Amino acid sequence: MTSGSAVARLASAALLVLLLFPIFWMLSSSVTPESRLFEARPLLPAALSFAHYRALFDERDFLIPLGNSLVVAAMTTAVVLPVAALCAYALARLRFRGRGLLLALILAVSMFPQISIVPPLYLILRELRLLDTYPGLVLPYVTFSAPLAVWLLTGFFRQLPAELEQAAMVDGASRLRALRDVVVPLAAPGVATAAILTFLYCWNEFLFALSFTLSPDRYTVPVAVTLFRGRYQVPWGQVLAATVVATIPVALLVVAVQRRIVAGLTAGASKG
Amino acid sequence: MNRDMTIEREERRLARWFVAPALAFIVLGSLVPIAATGWEALYGHDLRLPWLGRPFVGLSNFVEAAADPRFRSALLHTAIFALITVPLELALGLALALMMHTAIRGRPLFRLAVLLPWAIPTVIGALIWRFMFDARAGVITAALQSVGAASESFDWFAHPLAAWVPIGAADIWKTTPFVAILLLAGLQTIDPALHEAARMDGAGSVRRFATITLPLLRPALVVAAAFRMLDALRLFDVAYVTTAGGPGTSTETLSLYAFVALMQRLRFGYGSALSVAIFLLTFAFALVWVRALGRSLIGDRT
Repeated sequence: MTSGSAVARLASAALLVLLLFPIFWMLSSSVTPESRLFEARPLLPAALSFAHYRALFDERDFLIPLGNSLVVAAMTTAVVLPVAALCAYALARLRFRGRGLLLALILAVSMFPQISIVPPLYLILRELRLLDTYPGLVLPYVTFSAPLAVWLLTGFFRQLPAELEQAAMVDGASRLRALRDVVVPLAAPGVATAAILTFLYCWNEFLFALSFTLSPDRYTVPVAVTLFRGRYQVPWGQVLAATVVATIPVALLVVAVQRRIVAGLTAGASKG
Repeated sequence: MNRDMTIEREERRLARWFVAPALAFIVLGSLVPIAATGWEALYGHDLRLPWLGRPFVGLSNFVEAAADPRFRSALLHTAIFALITVPLELALGLALALMMHTAIRGRPLFRLAVLLPWAIPTVIGALIWRFMFDARAGVITAALQSVGAASESFDWFAHPLAAWVPIGAADIWKTTPFVAILLLAGLQTIDPALHEAARMDGAGSVRRFATITLPLLRPALVVAAAFRMLDALRLFDVAYVTTAGGPGTSTETLSLYAFVALMQRLRFGYGSALSVAIFLLTFAFALVWVRALGRSLIGDRT
């Protein structure tokens, strides 16, 4: 990168701007008064106005979708992690028939188009009176986020030194005890990464939430924001404030554990 | 009694218990529903007309779909969208990955810039882009107007072709970072000594990129392209939020049309047939891709 270093630097800067400008513009517009949103304005707002945020919580009761999203994401993560961790450990460490087939199945399922299971799920949930309830969302979320968690944790368990468990087992510990005393403590970072990615998946999910929730009291954040309606048109001020609020938990997670997320995503991928 | 054999048997038993819950979720949550969608597609089931019952109609839902101009254009839209955006995402993702790989300073900034769009909910990202392309408030529209590239009354969302631009922009912005992360992992597995040796032999950076980086990055590119294609073929969130298929149905994708048939018209039999079509399309793509480009997808993991 010597000959083209000026060009490369320029290109990097351009890419950075492209990636970050929409986020900056969302922030800056969300604190711009409604009257000024639709006219030419400088990049930085002249004065800060939090009217959109107040309206979001006072008029729209945005705490309800926030709470719904949090509950569904937390419930899903709590179900997915133990299930995925056990499966991933078996895939990474135990010899059994059908292992390759199971891995292929898990990868295939994670690639399923979501719409292709919406009709029967809708009918089943309706029959069980689970439409418009938390479990009605947690069920499809678990199914769709488990493959990702298994994939990630399998890669993670493979990286753990097998010698430690073997040493414990040679010393007479059973596989289960070696698992409890040696593997579980070592696995904490990997499980944390899987938890974050599962949480992000749920926070992000749209199609199932749009199909299986019916009343505003049960909308998750993406559904609520998308279905905001004004008297005449999109109430952009409140929509933008809502996008900022919906981004905050994601941004905090990303800033806190960015190294770990990249490592987790690539651990699954580079082995694939 | 052979101790190894007992351990082996014990391991297999343990593995069955460990795998069972995840397998149950996959079978009950994905495989059974897929089969049920195929089954439902054979019935004339309309939730708005419950008095008609649920008569068996064989393949006539599929026959109807094959002749449905709206389905055909949704198929065309989806295919063209995927064929245009995925190569762009791969190229931009590769550029981004190379920058992250070679950056000496600013690596944390790059990582943050890449992870934020990736982690922001798709719907939220799409709303931001819709706002930026808005006819009245859009900063992009305003910028184009100020240099005379767009007329005062220009509205991206009112034009059947221009309406694809916000969808494409939102999709590329959101997914290029994911491609970059996958490719960065691939780049990091390339031994720097190879580049060093080639440099000693007088190979310039372009030559080294073409003869070392690209060939060694092939597996990562194949995987990234597969992930992106499969995602693009089921495109829903971005299209629903930015244009909702409009104007008219000129930006309607397959998933959008299936959603309309199912959740708005409540034609469950026909909507299921459309869903099956989407499933078969992605499945066929995955099969062809794995066949053609081999083991990089599911192979050599053992």
